[in-house]
Amino acid sequence: MDKSTYKAKVGLAEMLKGGVIMDVMNVEEARIAEDAGATAVMALERIPALIRRDGGVARASDPEMIQAIQKAVSIPVMAKVRIGHFVEARILEAMEVDFIDESEVLTPADEDFHIDKWGYKVPFVCGCTNLGEALRRIGEGAAMLRTKGEAGTGNIVEAVRHLRTLRDSIRRLGTLGREQLMTEAKHLGAPFDEVLYVAEHGRLRVPNFAAGGIATPADAALCMALGAQAVFVGSGIFMSNEPLKRAKAVVQATTYWEDAKKLVEISTGIGEPMKGIEMEKLSEDQRLSKRGW
Amino acid sequence: MTKSKPVGVLALQGGYAAHESSLRRLGLDVILVRYAADLDTIGGLVFPGGESTTHLKIISREGLRGPLDRFARSGAPILTTCAGTILAARTVSDPEQDSFGWLDIDVSRNAWGRQVHSFEAFADGTDIPLTFIRAPRITRVGPDVSTLLTFEGEPIMVQQGAITAATFHPELGSDIRIHQQLFGGDIDA
Repeated sequence: MDKSTYKAKVGLAEMLKGGVIMDVMNVEEARIAEDAGATAVMALERIPALIRRDGGVARASDPEMIQAIQKAVSIPVMAKVRIGHFVEARILEAMEVDFIDESEVLTPADEDFHIDKWGYKVPFVCGCTNLGEALRRIGEGAAMLRTKGEAGTGNIVEAVRHLRTLRDSIRRLGTLGREQLMTEAKHLGAPFDEVLYVAEHGRLRVPNFAAGGIATPADAALCMALGAQAVFVGSGIFMSNEPLKRAKAVVQATTYWEDAKKLVEISTGIGEPMKGIEMEKLSEDQRLSKRGW
Repeated sequence: MTKSKPVGVLALQGGYAAHESSLRRLGLDVILVRYAADLDTIGGLVFPGGESTTHLKIISREGLRGPLDRFARSGAPILTTCAGTILAARTVSDPEQDSFGWLDIDVSRNAWGRQVHSFEAFADGTDIPLTFIRAPRITRVGPDVSTLLTFEGEPIMVQQGAITAATFHPELGSDIRIHQQLFGGDIDA
């Protein structure tokens, strides 16, 4: 028996496809998420919109709160660590969290280095804004990727940009001759093996989900249509006025994203979405997607 | 199964893409099943892994319970994996939840433990590779159910009538013998 192999890690990401992973801040919200049909919950003390509002250093969550959520639900429980904070990651591993998100939403602990994720039994998910970044994270051992989007804004524009950028770059690699790939790897700042894999298979080695700014069922469906294989919803659910209704609707929209008639029904009677922020209103240093490299 | 009909893969959530690719490698036509009407067009069905609670919720909201039940009792070949097996079982524990009861087995959810305990191995006495992901365990096998594969002596793939249920993931990886045995197609397609 070989435990915690890379295949078993990526396998869990495969099983999360077509589903919705929801940010939750307590047991009650975790139960609402499970009830709505979430495939997993992300346990964190403050959802991104509140981190933006409150400021200060955002760190990994209190173990007690994460453990209470682990006890309360039967679906996988994920939690976030600061970029480069390999000790927070060891703590979450010791708690047997199902997935660790090395996340730009928290305040980075290291401005140069991400965590070496190969050395952990728990799979990692990391954010990306483009292909080079995605392949660097895979090179470090990530078993799943997600777009960074712009968390806590309720604005889908950055997630769309990241999904399109990724899709275009993956297609482009498929058009290059083999002799061009090493130079391409140099330009991307990406491991050559991963560049070869993408050129040959037309996709990343691990699933890629959408995150950052999803506030409506239509946002989730848009991300699926742009090639995301599942969605994370952070602030979009619990900053809205009818979290359970909205959560259920996002779950339905992620499965039936191609069916516009059904999306009408799904999007009806679910209350008000979170207010949201335009990108121009954010200064450079308020942009979480700029964190990490 | 009727050779001319495609194989359906229930695609509400979960490991549907990996099953689709295993079936396509056998040269089989595949339909991703999301609506009751899709069931009329297929000759066999894969009920994939994923989250069983999510599946239960979507199945009930979309009115798929009756149609899936009818399909399962039609005698067409069905493969259930992991969460699919949880839904096909007679009784589910840890926690208790609703299920279709197509197979006379009892299943305990996530009984190998959380993700850090997920593992790869081989089925007893065979070279069939196994990947277990937060997998359930079959805790009781009824008299009309045959055990096809075991791991360390316990049942991991069982069959009753046309329904075959695995607690592991035959769709993850390159071995497509189990799909071929159940749905036909050509291993070298």
